[in-house]
Amino acid sequence: MRILSALVVLLALATLPFWVSGYILGVLTIAYFFGVFAMSWDLLFGFAGEVNFGPTFLIGLGAYSAGLLDNHGVPVWLCVIAGAVAAVFGGLILAVPALRLRGPYFGLITLVAVLVLQQVIVIFAGVTGGEIGLTINDVLSLDPGYNYWLALGFLLISGIVLTLFSRSAAGLILQASGQDPIEAQVLGFNVVKHKLAAFAISALFSGLAGAMLVFYLGTASVDTVVDISVGVQIIIAAVLGGRRTIFGAVIGALFLIIAGEILRPLGQLSTFVVSAVALGVILFFPDGLVGYLLRRGERA
Amino acid sequence: MKTLLEVAGLTKRFGGLVAVKDLGFAIRGGEILGLIGPNGSGKSTAMKLIMGIERANAGSVRLAGEEIVSWPTHRIARAGIGLVFQHSRPLHRQTVWENIKLALLPDSLLRLVAGRAVDEHARLIGERVGLGAVLDRHPATLPFADLRRMELAKAIARDPKVVLVDEPFAGLTLGEVENFSALIRSFREEGKAVLLVDHNVKSVAALVDRVLAMYLGERIAEGPAEVVMRDPTVRRVYLGGAIGTHARDIAPEKTGVPLLHVSDLSVLYGKAQALEQVSLEVHEGEFVSVVGLNGAGKTTLFNAISGLVPYRGRINWEGTPLAGRTPGAIARGGIVQCPETRELFGAMSVAENLDLGGQHQKPTERAERLAWLLDLFPILKARRAQMARTLSGGEQQMLAIARALMMNPRLLILDEPTLGLAPVILEQISKALEVLRQATPITVLLGEQNVTFALPHADRVYVLEHARIIWQGPASRFAEEAGAGYL
Repeated sequence: MRILSALVVLLALATLPFWVSGYILGVLTIAYFFGVFAMSWDLLFGFAGEVNFGPTFLIGLGAYSAGLLDNHGVPVWLCVIAGAVAAVFGGLILAVPALRLRGPYFGLITLVAVLVLQQVIVIFAGVTGGEIGLTINDVLSLDPGYNYWLALGFLLISGIVLTLFSRSAAGLILQASGQDPIEAQVLGFNVVKHKLAAFAISALFSGLAGAMLVFYLGTASVDTVVDISVGVQIIIAAVLGGRRTIFGAVIGALFLIIAGEILRPLGQLSTFVVSAVALGVILFFPDGLVGYLLRRGERA
Repeated sequence: MKTLLEVAGLTKRFGGLVAVKDLGFAIRGGEILGLIGPNGSGKSTAMKLIMGIERANAGSVRLAGEEIVSWPTHRIARAGIGLVFQHSRPLHRQTVWENIKLALLPDSLLRLVAGRAVDEHARLIGERVGLGAVLDRHPATLPFADLRRMELAKAIARDPKVVLVDEPFAGLTLGEVENFSALIRSFREEGKAVLLVDHNVKSVAALVDRVLAMYLGERIAEGPAEVVMRDPTVRRVYLGGAIGTHARDIAPEKTGVPLLHVSDLSVLYGKAQALEQVSLEVHEGEFVSVVGLNGAGKTTLFNAISGLVPYRGRINWEGTPLAGRTPGAIARGGIVQCPETRELFGAMSVAENLDLGGQHQKPTERAERLAWLLDLFPILKARRAQMARTLSGGEQQMLAIARALMMNPRLLILDEPTLGLAPVILEQISKALEVLRQATPITVLLGEQNVTFALPHADRVYVLEHARIIWQGPASRFAEEAGAGYL
């Protein structure tokens, strides 16, 4: 039943390019990439039990690596792969020492990493475009419908892979490592190894999405893929949708992007309204929208 | 059977505190050793050292002849040591069956499907520990005993050579204790080496082959349970020396409304009953002791009074109910607790800790009180600038009491002040309490396992056992009426 309704929704989404405007397609395309960011983040927060305050460190690495290579004439598909590799590599360099620390230090290190990346981009403005941004010469496609399908397909594949991983045997160990690391170790699991793997997977999808996003936008800028506020949006999206659900993160991301777009006429006020709604949901439904529905289902 | 676990010269220090000191013992296959000691004696630390959860400062741990003391926990677990936790955080979104399956998985990143053999094995283990009927339920819906069964099932799933069990029977009813004992005995029949860690000999006596008693991180006795129970050092540690009382010449007036009146107090921790229908009263100026072994419910009682845990029943302070007041308001109202865990601010100096206690008073009063307290505990004067964390256990306890007194309490609740302290320190603290009783109008409610420490000052005594008050009366009658059945 669930699978059937999911298929119906998916089919409906896939047919959108035939009957909605390019503007709506554009908003949804960005929302889908955003959904992948949020899902990748939920793998770390919901399953590995680590709060990554710097999702944009991974996204930014992917985005800028792809963008810089593109400026040197590397083919688009290779740039995207390189972006993903850079994100995994950079993420591991950060996580290997950070995961050895206990308590809130992991989160603080990820936060500082974003600031460092941001400063590096600004300092080496000659190469990176600095605060103005890096112009990308190539695009995924000129056709908004094709771009939309690409984003939807990418979201779908990422969602399936992340969901399957989270429900696999290795995912079970990861959840145990996140909830009670001492007990997980007593059961013979190398907690650091499992968390590192989760971090690498999260980085892979963040980097891929970041790289694809800059080719869609035609520019890579600090404001869109690196700034702390972008990271905060991703975190709010994932928590809003529901911790430890993967799917919930997509719902949260769609809500944030679409609501922000609908309320755009309000100007500055729109950010305030969306944030206030998010705050309310987190305060009263800490399990998030999807988490709340799932728990009601479990009790019934 | 050959020796499976061999511990020698094991030592662990936390700052100025020596938690485990030169500990050594060995367990053969098919043998059950009881490791006992009052709270703070270092037995839990010893268990964590064996499991690699804490790092030893010195010493060796050998598993079937192999040195494992520096290995990480997961490697020790793989090598064949299992640990049954007293409290656990199971995976709540998964069923009991999946929780057991977790313990059967290899430490692999690439294993995405558990496999049929694992499914079946998990089911068999669940049935063996008596969870057959609830395998498909979520842990949150299980009674307390079944949660403990699940922990046991996870340990069985790892098929360890050595099993460490932390407080095997805490929170279980008599029937369940029988059940669990049978399961632990089956470990012995399978040739595993078993270490049971518990507060007292009584609870594990029927099950163990040998007992090792610890105090202040050191071994004080070892042998068959009945020998250890009669050992004079062990009796002194649990009961103190000969039981003496110092009845006051003038007993405080006990008329009118009691200062503190607890009636029909019950507390549940999840599904474990921590207190059942407890009633007691403390009158102005009285010194009342609540004695009971660790785990009897003393700390829970005090935490309920301080507003830290939810409860059923009534707690009245000068005739008005405390229910609904915040812990902060209760403390400012005059009930100050000096907790068992001391809760000092470790990174602050002695002087800063004391200043924090006096925050709510006028500067002149505060200075006066501080001077008086430093007279009462002269050692704190010498240590004023030192960080609290680096004090010895006894000094930390004195600081905790002094900080509580800085708040100028009307009722001082002292929870287990003797925890982990050497006899000579106990004497110093005991003298300070005597001064307090003689020189100030303060009312004291003392919780203690060590009867010798608790009795001399007490006007009245309550005995708490398994969440209930089983005896009450003046200190002078304790020895003949309640002393025998205590340990």
